[in-house]
Amino acid sequence: MIPVLLILIPLLTGLAAFFFKNDKNVRLWSLGVSLFTLGVSIMGLSLKDGAGPLAFHGEWMQTLGSSFSVKLDGMGQLLCLLNAIAYPLVILATWNSSYKKANNFFALMLLAQAGMMGVFLATDALLFYFLWELALIPMYFLCSQWGGEKRIAVTFKFFIYTFIGSLLMLIGILYIYSHTPDHSFSIESFYNAVLSRKEQHTVFWLIFIAFAIKMPIFPLHTWQPDTYEQSPTATTMILSGVMVKMGLFGMLRWLFPVVPFASFQWGDFITSAALIGVIYASLIAIKQNDLKRLIAYSSIAHIGLMCAAAFTQNISGLQGLMIQMFNHGINIIGLWIVVELIERQFGTRKISELGGLAQKAPVLAVLLVIVALANIALPLTNAFPGEFLMFNGIFSSKTNYYLWFTIMAGMGIVLGAVYTLNMIRKVFYGTTNELTNTAMDIKWNEKLALGIIVAIIFLFGIYPQFLLNSTVAVTDTIIDKFEMLNNTLPKQ
Amino acid sequence: MNALLLSAILGVVMMFSGILLKSKAAVRNLAIAGLCVLLLANILEMCGTIFFNIDTKGMIVFDNFSLLFNSIAFVSTLLYLLLSARDMEKVGVNYAEYFALIFFILCGITLTSSFKSLLILFLGIEIISIPLYILTGSDKKNLKSNEASLKYFLLGAFSTGLMLMGIAFIYGAMGTFSTVSIGAFTASKPSALLIAGMLLLLFSMSFKASVAPFHFWTPDVYDGAPTVFTSFMATIVKAAVFIAFIRLFDDAFGFQQKQWQLFIAILTVATLFIGNITAVFQQSVKRMLAYSSIAQAGFMMLSLYAMNADAKEGLLLYTAAYSFATIGIFAVLIKMKDYTFDGFNGFAKHQPLLAATTTIFLLSLAGIPLTAGFLSKFYMLKAVMAEDKNLWLVIFAVLMAAVSVYYYFRVIQAMYFKEGDAQPMEVTPAFKWTLVVLAALVILLGIFPDLLLIWFYF
Repeated sequence: MIPVLLILIPLLTGLAAFFFKNDKNVRLWSLGVSLFTLGVSIMGLSLKDGAGPLAFHGEWMQTLGSSFSVKLDGMGQLLCLLNAIAYPLVILATWNSSYKKANNFFALMLLAQAGMMGVFLATDALLFYFLWELALIPMYFLCSQWGGEKRIAVTFKFFIYTFIGSLLMLIGILYIYSHTPDHSFSIESFYNAVLSRKEQHTVFWLIFIAFAIKMPIFPLHTWQPDTYEQSPTATTMILSGVMVKMGLFGMLRWLFPVVPFASFQWGDFITSAALIGVIYASLIAIKQNDLKRLIAYSSIAHIGLMCAAAFTQNISGLQGLMIQMFNHGINIIGLWIVVELIERQFGTRKISELGGLAQKAPVLAVLLVIVALANIALPLTNAFPGEFLMFNGIFSSKTNYYLWFTIMAGMGIVLGAVYTLNMIRKVFYGTTNELTNTAMDIKWNEKLALGIIVAIIFLFGIYPQFLLNSTVAVTDTIIDKFEMLNNTLPKQ
Repeated sequence: MNALLLSAILGVVMMFSGILLKSKAAVRNLAIAGLCVLLLANILEMCGTIFFNIDTKGMIVFDNFSLLFNSIAFVSTLLYLLLSARDMEKVGVNYAEYFALIFFILCGITLTSSFKSLLILFLGIEIISIPLYILTGSDKKNLKSNEASLKYFLLGAFSTGLMLMGIAFIYGAMGTFSTVSIGAFTASKPSALLIAGMLLLLFSMSFKASVAPFHFWTPDVYDGAPTVFTSFMATIVKAAVFIAFIRLFDDAFGFQQKQWQLFIAILTVATLFIGNITAVFQQSVKRMLAYSSIAQAGFMMLSLYAMNADAKEGLLLYTAAYSFATIGIFAVLIKMKDYTFDGFNGFAKHQPLLAATTTIFLLSLAGIPLTAGFLSKFYMLKAVMAEDKNLWLVIFAVLMAAVSVYYYFRVIQAMYFKEGDAQPMEVTPAFKWTLVVLAALVILLGIFPDLLLIWFYF
């Protein structure tokens, strides 16, 4: 029942939130229910993988061969936990931001949470598709209603991009469906679908495009910096912290095990594109003057590295990716919180107009420096084990170009340090100017939110084994699929 | 059979009600009550209670497919009357006659959904078309309405001529009007006469269903006709024509599928392309909906292309999804003073409930999951995917669906995100609640399509 609860709680409470009249009440309500969701998600974590309450199967759309089946496995647990942690943090950190019609804002946020939970839980392809879109629609309304000046056009671009991707994925799903032995959308049937090599290539591209747009991977990233910049920061946190993980998750769950051959064949090509994206985005990030855009490009770089790790197809790379999906979500939410605080206080995000904040707001500065160091994967922070494993994975992958890939990824890391440290130096150190002279330190709720993030950073930086343990089963499934490649595949 | 006779009788009753009943409200209520009876009678027939048993010599057969579609058409018409019947008062003075004409159209619809003979098909199409010519021109003092009516009549008469010629050719080749006998023909090579007849039928049906390149009348007629009647024409009538279309080709020409399949594919691509691309450039929501109806016709054509069990099932769902959503949008549009996209600016502020329901209808038309529109499109794609080697058609269709998002979302953007002062209009609570029911139906069908489709196998 736990996976059903994880979807239903945010869904129903989200719908209820539409009817709140008072701003304060709706905030309290969303904080309360998101904490409740977090509790349920932790409860799911405490159960052993494969336990009875972690799966649910219900009849739904029988004429179509689809059912309402959800399951919480290791990878799902990790991402559901990320999703569940992100919401209370976001609500807490943005407690002082005011929104017109706050009830609609929080209702849509909760609906998006329900959609994302479902994506991480679904074991039926059609259900997966439904929830994939359910997560997108509230985001569209959130960004277009509460965003910046250019929000309408920018969000529309984002929507069209992802919608085209989703539709192509739908065709891919249908294609696999028509090749399943028992004409069903369940994940087991999908894993047993018989596809020739040629068909695998078609299916791979149909589905991969959707995930590549969502992550996003160079050159499909053009919607991302604008959308992050224009969206309200609370939404941006969810978008970059949780939603982009849907793309990576989708690849691991729905793409690699179904079409292992094509995934292997196209690995080099996509890794190249992803790593070019890493360097390209890092270079742009160095030149950015707007804090939001800087972090947006930094996110493209990080996701590019994760995508490259996904295609290494060895245990080290995949395990690194899994825990990095979680940790990157936590870290980037921390960065966005800082941006939100700065913007709310000074009304600007321009790096050139800020400076010397460390003298005025020491607590903020300390917390930010820790989050920023986690962002560049310093040892003892949570990102280090993940990035280390991913590097190891890229270096030991079977491709002929492994050395080049490792060098490119390494350059990405170095450039990441450049722009992150540069940002800290310009915003927090140096001399204060007229604008930052009046700066005040952060309030208790913001301290709490950032404090929790810092605690998580250290916790999983020192003891990553917990995360690694929970995903090892999923990784093995994927690796097995790759290893069975030659035995199971029908010859042309 | 229940629905066929009752709808004709009710049409006559409504004609006289104009003389006998003084108040317009009474006429309206009588029509709505009559429609309820009609719907009930049809549902009873689905459950096996048949009031009239007339031997039609196999020319009309009411099977699950036709009965289910009749029910969909009657429910749509009922909702349409509940939402928009008041607005017909503004069109002209012959209030009762409009209802009479609508009942006659419904009578034609029961024929086109149940024919097994080409003659009955012809009768049905004509019984639908002639009242429509009148309804299009019912705004007598409006030149645009007159123009639309004349245009519709001339082109419609021309396509009827084509249809008759096609029927004659087929009769010449086969010696029968019965679609079943034509379908039973298994000779290796069909004669040229039969093929010519089939093509003529294809063209004339394409005209009635506004399939490109036979669509040119559609935007002008839909735009010129009084908006209340456009709503009826663009939804229920169009759906009925498609039902006739698939019934004709399934029964009579199913065995030659390979020969006309490419033809249908070309028509589908053209319809999708022209409908969607032209709709992008419209400034008026009414005209946009006219092109959107062409675009949706393109999607319905996919069922004709695939012509399997999924396709028939999906087409039924499609007609319901499309009719419900479009009726809802038109019902709101009728209440607007300004039909342009800008006329919707800031609408959500004044009428949050109406804006929310309209959004659901638009999302359904765009094919977003959790709405009936998604599942109906999904069925179409699934039906085509079951055939081999036509991935290109499916990819083209979804790319066009992505284009359609552009113009449907323009309305949403205007309602929610743009500042403006869309004129608040007088809406009754009953109107609002009917819209909410309609929106609930759209979502319900989007989550549990089996509720509707189970009747197909009953």
